[in-house]
Amino acid sequence: MIRVALPAPLRALARIDGEVQVAVAGPVTLRAVLDAVEAGYPALRGTIRDQVTRQRRPFMRFFACEQDLSHQTPDTPLPGAVRDGSEPLLVVGAIAGG
Amino acid sequence: MSGVRILVGTRKGAFVLSADGKRERWKVSGPHLPGWEIYHVKGSPADPERIYASQSSGWFGQVMQRSDDGGTTWAPVGNQFGYDGVPGTHQWYDGTPHPWEFKRVWHLEPSLTDPDVVYAGVEDAALFRSADGGQTWQELSGLRGHGSGPRWQPGAGGMCLHTILLDPANPQRIFIAISAAGAFRTDDGGVTWKPINQGLRSEYIPDPTAEVGHCVHRIAMHRSRPSVLFMQKHWDVMRSDDAGDSWQEISGNLPTDFGFPIDVHAHEPDTIYVVPITSDSQHYPPDGKLRVYRSRTGGNQWEPLTKGLPQRDCYVNVLRDAMAVDSLDACGVYFGTTGGQVYASADSGDSWKAVVRDLPPVLSVEVQTLA
Repeated sequence: MIRVALPAPLRALARIDGEVQVAVAGPVTLRAVLDAVEAGYPALRGTIRDQVTRQRRPFMRFFACEQDLSHQTPDTPLPGAVRDGSEPLLVVGAIAGG
Repeated sequence: MSGVRILVGTRKGAFVLSADGKRERWKVSGPHLPGWEIYHVKGSPADPERIYASQSSGWFGQVMQRSDDGGTTWAPVGNQFGYDGVPGTHQWYDGTPHPWEFKRVWHLEPSLTDPDVVYAGVEDAALFRSADGGQTWQELSGLRGHGSGPRWQPGAGGMCLHTILLDPANPQRIFIAISAAGAFRTDDGGVTWKPINQGLRSEYIPDPTAEVGHCVHRIAMHRSRPSVLFMQKHWDVMRSDDAGDSWQEISGNLPTDFGFPIDVHAHEPDTIYVVPITSDSQHYPPDGKLRVYRSRTGGNQWEPLTKGLPQRDCYVNVLRDAMAVDSLDACGVYFGTTGGQVYASADSGDSWKAVVRDLPPVLSVEVQTLA
């Protein structure tokens, strides 16, 4: 299972306690993981990626294993530690607004 | 026992303020949907327990919420607002073409008769409709597709469709207003639209009497007389007696004719309310005195209403969706401020009390009159 840590406002919106765990069939990419998260929690559609363009929302960031994955193509395989469930994918709201 | 429920949208959540028909003791519930900007909360006239809310965030975008128990609990509904076809461009602030981009829902207008039908006015300006309680949204693209669309431009707050008035006597007729395109009307249920800005004069655009380009802030009507419209424009308070085909200025003796909200007394179709604001850049009440102005003559003759409102050192604003009336006798009038106060008058505006004083900045106020 892939572990995903969401920011608190999105956990409240989707009524999630703690991390989300999703199963992904096929390559474990950012796109596949987010598709699985949105399928399991439809309330999150549009909050991480734009509903129409499917692009990352400007103030959302994706971190894992001390790497910033935000600017990678969404079809890049995620790090091994995320794929084997030993590390979570962190979905982070950027520090902005003062 | 009758009662009222004030639905308050703020920068950091929604609040529900409720009282019995005396409107003296208030119960405050909230924040609901805490931390999010709640641009508008409005209940269905056909089912007061059904309430829709627009919830948004600079980080997480647009979410739509629905309550089926009068605002006690909420559940997310559909938030996909896709423009119909190729969106095209409108004017940007510098006059260059700019692609239409969805940003947020400013205003929700539930159907007068069907709790599952609701309209949404959005930025960049367009009108959407849901017929399944907010689960899915379809654009009424005849409005954006009106030939003037490429000439529309944003006001300072964005190019928002902020006013939706449903004609209670004619289900095919809807009025809307956009900053800064102006007012529009459909007579065929939203298929085709026409600008209704004749008589408006705006010195801040190249042609002051242009067909579109006017910064309309708010329009109001009395349900018994839907062809009479009242408008608070960027400057000027206006009136139309022919469903918007022509407008006349009724600013009269107002201390300033700039402001945002305008509303009509529930039982007196010629009694209207505005909150004059110093502008162009200050956006607070003249002389630090928060005054609602009331006209009992359908405009031109205005009286200040000050009892219970701060008359010194007050520099808040009242935004366009932040005033509402109930339908009790006597009519209650309510408004919220950017300073977090919600004021209520149970006597048609003669006197006011703060229901709450320290909410986040208030974006919208709606009132439900409960049987």
